Amino acid sequence: MDFTLNDEQRMLDDTVTRLVRERYTFEQRTRYGKEARGFGAEMWALLAELGLLSVPFAEEDGGIGGSGVELMILHQAFGRGLTLEPYLATVVLGGGLLARLGSPAQREAVLPGIISGETTLALAYAEPAGRYDPLWIETRAEPTAGAHRLTGRKAVVLHGDTADRLVITARTAGKPGERAGVSAFLVDPAQPGVSVRGYATIDGLRAAEVMLDGAAAELLGEDGGAADALEAVLAAGCVALCAEAVGAMDAACELTLDYLKTRTQFGAPIGRFQVLQHRMVDMRIALEQARSMAILAACSLHLPAAERERKVAAAKVLIGNAGRLIAEQAIQMHGGMGMTEEAAISHYAKRLVMIDHWLGDSDHHLARFAALPAAA
Amino acid sequence: MDITYTPEEQAFRAEVRRFLAGKLPKDVSAKVLEGKRLTKDDHERWHRALNEQGWLAVHWPRQHGGTGWGPVQRHIFDEECAAAGAPQIIPFGLSMVAPVIIKFGTEEQKRYYLPRILDGSDWWCQGYSEPGAGSDLASLKTRAVRDGDHYVVNGQKTWTTLGQHANMIFCLVRTDPAAKQQEGISFLLIDMASPGVTVRPIITLDGEHEVNEVFFDDVRVPVANLVGEENKGWTCAKYLLTYERTGIAGVGMAKAALRHLKHVAAKQVGNGRPLVEDPSFRLKLAEVEIDLMALEMTNLRVVAAVQGGGVPGAESSILKVRGTEIRQAITDLLRRAVGPYALPFLPETLEAGSNLEPVGPDFAAPLAPQYFNRRKLSIYGGSNEIQKNIVAKMILGL
Repeated sequence: MDFTLNDEQRMLDDTVTRLVRERYTFEQRTRYGKEARGFGAEMWALLAELGLLSVPFAEEDGGIGGSGVELMILHQAFGRGLTLEPYLATVVLGGGLLARLGSPAQREAVLPGIISGETTLALAYAEPAGRYDPLWIETRAEPTAGAHRLTGRKAVVLHGDTADRLVITARTAGKPGERAGVSAFLVDPAQPGVSVRGYATIDGLRAAEVMLDGAAAELLGEDGGAADALEAVLAAGCVALCAEAVGAMDAACELTLDYLKTRTQFGAPIGRFQVLQHRMVDMRIALEQARSMAILAACSLHLPAAERERKVAAAKVLIGNAGRLIAEQAIQMHGGMGMTEEAAISHYAKRLVMIDHWLGDSDHHLARFAALPAAA
Repeated sequence: MDITYTPEEQAFRAEVRRFLAGKLPKDVSAKVLEGKRLTKDDHERWHRALNEQGWLAVHWPRQHGGTGWGPVQRHIFDEECAAAGAPQIIPFGLSMVAPVIIKFGTEEQKRYYLPRILDGSDWWCQGYSEPGAGSDLASLKTRAVRDGDHYVVNGQKTWTTLGQHANMIFCLVRTDPAAKQQEGISFLLIDMASPGVTVRPIITLDGEHEVNEVFFDDVRVPVANLVGEENKGWTCAKYLLTYERTGIAGVGMAKAALRHLKHVAAKQVGNGRPLVEDPSFRLKLAEVEIDLMALEMTNLRVVAAVQGGGVPGAESSILKVRGTEIRQAITDLLRRAVGPYALPFLPETLEAGSNLEPVGPDFAAPLAPQYFNRRKLSIYGGSNEIQKNIVAKMILGL
């Protein structure tokens, strides 16, 4: 039982925490958000330069073989700064699935570009009729000479509008909802068979609807056998999001506490009022429970799938609920200021509520948790 | 970072399990698991079994007969005891007055009282709350006036848990009414057999006799029974409140209750299927199970910090609030799980060995009384509102 970081992890934590603190002020974030791709090009380059884009990849792929704990360290810092860069989309999700399924040649072709910051990826796995179920895939992949051809529509693809390459799930067999027949493909979005409609998301990021009409695609891994890898990668994504939420909750609690100590009404700082004190305590309790679950999820990432899925789902449920509680109370206690776009707290609140809508919300994961059998 | 138990800790868990399998009286654990009421003798048998093993005083220093266990071992022990249906160790002697005597008592007090706590000669109860002093404990009025080598005590204590079994009571009494509230209080040990001590039962809403009122009418207490200095009793009281609080989350008990809930829900049938297969019930069950996972991890974080030399501070308050909320949520689901059979109230069936046939399934009878009984969790030991005040002040600086 040891909740401390080892020396390498502490160094990683110091590096990324300092980077976000010094280079990712609220004003800087606002500027980055207005850039062409919706994130900071110089920050992305800096992440590459510091070697941070290589963290989760295996050593033979040019990475450092980071575990769930390293992922947690990075994303907790990202959450504190509400960073906009496509780390989750490129490194954890798109890169993660490619690294799991790709042949040595495919990995050699793409991963070095990710690690150097030249290539961004997005994982197009969800569909309009699938809600949060990653196996609800209606998109079909037809084998043709040389390549597969994909036809279908992918929904709310995180950073899908700016990704250089898309990793897309499609069916080579079976019906929506079935595990068998799920395949993964690497797709170049700059071809006639792909049309991408990009848009802003309310939590400050970018996403896209991806329409596929006979798009040429390169199969990753075994035909029809991508479901296990997909689930594993989405679990890693959940670990990242949980940690990011904890970082954002931590910052939101700090901002709110600060506001309670400085905002004066009725001749006293409003933090003197017990009703507000107790709400702030409720937020703090929620934060600590969330932190515990982020740790549990991060430490469960390497476990056998059944156990991993149960613990990660539990974390996503608790953190989704805790994030909403903290977001709503943070706005409430900031009063009118919490309603404004100029106040940082409103951006934390939006991210915290909406983080639950990425990779399955608390209702979705609660139902999954209830259906997954507990280990003996 | 590693959230697993070491091989040594796992071996310790196995040792605890072996002991429980051999030495925890079966009839007693059956009562605990079925929610039946325990007698004084039940508690005393378990107390003796632990003492014979040397596992009674889990957090005393070794020189006084403690185990010398670290926080992780204590956590494992708590968890296994709860899982096996061991009665909760009555805390008033072992966990409350003993640490105060060890910290503030004279050598003579230690030599006399500590062995008597271990061998069960003394059953202690707690004289803190008064009718007018609940959350505002420092407003207590029970008066002790010095008269030669005695104090003369007059006043009333209340909510005295299992005071009907006790022969000793430790009390906070006012020795200097002129001093500021917290400064005129002393910590006094009183023999319940002294003339002028009267114990009256308070029957709680579940029909149980668990708490009492204790009246003091010109009770003469030797000055030798003062612990620490006169008028410094509040220091003892505060020390007691911060002492050994990692068990406060009640994770082991909550896990045992959750297992019981799953068992009940598997046996209850509605709409032609077991309740545990009802989708809306499953979600409620899943929710509380997830909350408990988070509490367990938070508790382990605190345990590990204490193991590493930290002192649990206001984090204990967070554990108390969440732990009691979760245990209450489980008793709520247990009551709801048996539907209409939560209604029949036959207190006799809660006593072991009752010949009265239960109405409905045999596990149903205790569930509604227990639900009402467990409302106490968020009230006692510093109400959850007081715990939030502590967090606001100590952690948040408000």
